[in-house]
Amino acid sequence: MTSGILHIAALLKKDILLEIRQQYTFYGILLYVASTIFVLYLAMGEPEAIVWNGLFWMIQLFICVNAVAKSFLQENSGRMLYYYSIAGARQFIISKLIFNAVLMIIMSITSLLLFRLLMGDPLTHPWKFLMTVCLGGTSLSLVFTFLAAIAARARQNAALIAIMGFPLIIPQILLLMRVSNTAFADVLQGGYGQMSLLLAGLDVLVISLALILFPFLWKD
Amino acid sequence: MRWWKILCVALLLYTFTAGFLIKVPDIGNLHETIRNLFFHVPMWFGQLTLISVSLVYSVLYLRKPDTKYDIYANEFAKTGIVFGLLGLSTGMIWANYTWGAPWNNDPKQLGASIALLIYLAYFVLRNSMTDIDKKARVSAVYNIFAYFIYVPMIMVLPRLVESLHPGGKGVEGNPGLSGQDLDPVMRMVFWPAVFGWTLLGVWITTLRLRLQLMAEKKYSSFAS
Repeated sequence: MTSGILHIAALLKKDILLEIRQQYTFYGILLYVASTIFVLYLAMGEPEAIVWNGLFWMIQLFICVNAVAKSFLQENSGRMLYYYSIAGARQFIISKLIFNAVLMIIMSITSLLLFRLLMGDPLTHPWKFLMTVCLGGTSLSLVFTFLAAIAARARQNAALIAIMGFPLIIPQILLLMRVSNTAFADVLQGGYGQMSLLLAGLDVLVISLALILFPFLWKD
Repeated sequence: MRWWKILCVALLLYTFTAGFLIKVPDIGNLHETIRNLFFHVPMWFGQLTLISVSLVYSVLYLRKPDTKYDIYANEFAKTGIVFGLLGLSTGMIWANYTWGAPWNNDPKQLGASIALLIYLAYFVLRNSMTDIDKKARVSAVYNIFAYFIYVPMIMVLPRLVESLHPGGKGVEGNPGLSGQDLDPVMRMVFWPAVFGWTLLGVWITTLRLRLQLMAEKKYSSFAS
């Protein structure tokens, strides 16, 4: 059991080191975030709360697809064979899930700051929104990480990740929009706790599915 | 002809005749259009059954990589999509007359469209790979993943969003089938209809399966 955790930690460390040294991916996604939000600001100005919320989550969706796609596509098949020989499938996918979740949370917080800076600040409960953003970023990244693992086997097409991902991400997006709406006004949203639990439950479901199914993808 | 094919034809003939002849309750603005219940709702049951069978074969493939299972999973998914399209179109025609417009942002319509998108993505994924074993394995994984996210989704979605369908928001129990809607006379035609349409879906799939299995045998005999 401890050796499993050591493997995961080692793989995580490898990913983080790669990010720090080969700064292309991290800064690439950061620039993508900044450019997209900037273009959006020029197009939309300072929208009202509901539109702000909707635009925010749509941007998160596209950022997630790009961020996660990059993290899987940069491994070529020779390196994958090396990982296969030194670590188990479960450890590999857990390390990828954790890494992408952390990456997505960083990107989400960055885009939240940029949104508040450029597109106005309609938030009445900023901390609540921040928590929702972290939960939402994690949820999105979990689904897309697994789909990127699938697409990595299928000629590594980034568009394929989006095609497979968008229908599956719909319940999470709907839940996130409803939950985050409470941060904008003092609306008595019934079932707020229930929806957050539902989101967390969906995350657990995705993680367990990924853990069960990834070993089948792994062998080649 | 096998017994279940004869049963299928008999049930469907019964549905078509009894469906139009029995006395139906006059609810709201539905009037006679409530008869669509015998054609629209069974499409949904049929789709769910066919997709579930596709899932079972995907799981079987992962346990024992036999190409036959992959062919089965693929064909059942295809027929499931056809039923989904039919369900969506019969629903849209019905909605046009009762709800005012063909597309109403209703969660069940959304759920059905999401299923369509998921399985179209399944077919795109299959086509992106040429290696047969890889294709079968990766698409089996996606099939299972998508199914287990999709089924909770369609149970959760109608409860989250206000629905024009019977038994929508605020009603306990399954929004799919509100007990009060099915008066006993309609029930007599409804359940046979469900069974008949599902059997038809299975029949169509078995025909395609026989074709695919023969093609598979022909092509693999060249290799061996």
